[in-house]
Amino acid sequence: MVSAVAPAASRRWRRPPVFIKSRFWRIAIYGGFFAYLVMALWSIDLDWTRIVQGLDRGQRFIEGFLTPDFTSRWRDIRQGMVESITMTVCASVVGILISIPIGIGAARNIAPWPVHAVCRSIIAISRAFQEIIIAILFVAMFGFGPFAGFLTLSFATIGFISKLLADDIEEVDEAQAEAIRATGAGWWQIVNYAIQPQVMPRLIGLSLYRVDINFRESSVIGIVGAGGIGATLNTSMERYDYDTAGAILILIIIFVMLAEYGSSHIRKRVQ
Amino acid sequence: MPIGPDAADKTWSKHTRRGEWMIWGGWFALAVVFVLSWQVMNERTIWAFVEDAPRQGADLLSRSWPPRWDYLGNLWQPLWDTLNMATLGTLLGTAMAVPLAFMAARNTSPSLLFLRPVALFIIVASRSINSLIWALLLVAIIGPGILAGIIAIALRSIGFVGKLLYESIEEIDETQVEAVRATGAGQLQLIDYAIVPQVLPAFVGMTIFRWDINIRESTILGLVGAGGIGLQLQGSLNTLAWSQVSVIFAVILLTVIVAEWVSSKVRRAII
Repeated sequence: MVSAVAPAASRRWRRPPVFIKSRFWRIAIYGGFFAYLVMALWSIDLDWTRIVQGLDRGQRFIEGFLTPDFTSRWRDIRQGMVESITMTVCASVVGILISIPIGIGAARNIAPWPVHAVCRSIIAISRAFQEIIIAILFVAMFGFGPFAGFLTLSFATIGFISKLLADDIEEVDEAQAEAIRATGAGWWQIVNYAIQPQVMPRLIGLSLYRVDINFRESSVIGIVGAGGIGATLNTSMERYDYDTAGAILILIIIFVMLAEYGSSHIRKRVQ
Repeated sequence: MPIGPDAADKTWSKHTRRGEWMIWGGWFALAVVFVLSWQVMNERTIWAFVEDAPRQGADLLSRSWPPRWDYLGNLWQPLWDTLNMATLGTLLGTAMAVPLAFMAARNTSPSLLFLRPVALFIIVASRSINSLIWALLLVAIIGPGILAGIIAIALRSIGFVGKLLYESIEEIDETQVEAVRATGAGQLQLIDYAIVPQVLPAFVGMTIFRWDINIRESTILGLVGAGGIGLQLQGSLNTLAWSQVSVIFAVILLTVIVAEWVSSKVRRAII
């Protein structure tokens, strides 16, 4: 007892390390990370003259953002916004319609294993590549314009919704499926009466969330030629037309905020 | 409970008649919006290109196969740049997100009337603009190169980390804050000893998650000139060197998978 107290009095309390308890590994990991940082910072080559030149442009850009010009290029802006919105709507509807059967097929508890394997690999492919890369391929195949963007967003929607739907179906309460099965229901009836009521609120929530993501993405894929407001923004930046670019950015921010609040509001009401 | 004479004729239904009409009306409105959007979107679609797409796709495939594997030697330096862009961008973004999150959280904000709305606006604005658009702007301002990519990644990460962090600060257990305050701790000590330990695991988790997303995004930032492997992709696309494009896609896919694996391992170790 005494021996335990005596050294404690001469020692101050020290805060224990937060993550890595072993002293050796802590120093090794933090040191390694620090060495990496130095190397990474070393490998950035900065062109100071270009940056100083750029500051002037940066100032003009901020001025453009503060005094946005909606009017002089309004027709192009409107065209871009209309393309973005219609792309979002069509891609969300088509993507969700396709992802429901794929999601059901990818759920291990209700699909036979060959179907499960096929559907899971479709999901994996769709999730592995990001929208921009898919958009590049679709633009090369289907030509410039919103149709390629629509296909891109639909494809990305399939990976997102199907995966989350399948995971959701795999976690349903089996007791309800058992109860429906006991009434002599077939496969379709089980899906319709036991599975669907359990996953529907979440499916609606996910769909609305995906609409929101699709709009965000639709403002980007235009940069590689897939239509939408991104194409307009890209053009106006290339023409150094910062007032118009500022107006487009403000529109994107407003629309994304509207989509986000709208979708979270509806989600709250549905769930 | 009186049972009316017509009770026998009633059949069970899930919704009231009014509810059924409303649901029906909702679906009908969605269908109308979809058809209208489809028509507006495809006003300029050239269907000949769409019909031609399978042939184009086969053509692309035949050009990109076999991949030019010796091109791999040119990709190590861009890949290193990509990794640095994602890592340094994440660090820079996180460093800016932390003070913003403390300003935005209702329970730690120094001024609810002024600083909190400003911080929330910065978070929302950063979140609504994709990092590719940030890169597009920054390349025009500070010139092409890896620095533009780092800042683009950082600006997009602020919103992501900031939002998640301020939400988890708002959800902390207030009793611990109370306990530390009872010892006579000052405001900074309160943050250090009562709030930080509660949000730290979540914070590290979201930072690593963002890093994983940033690796994904930094692979394509080069398309607008911000350095990294996307620059090689842009070059190969412009020269229609599809056999190089397929090598780049393979490298990007592998990088993304490895980053996802690392991020999920580390997050599992921490949380």
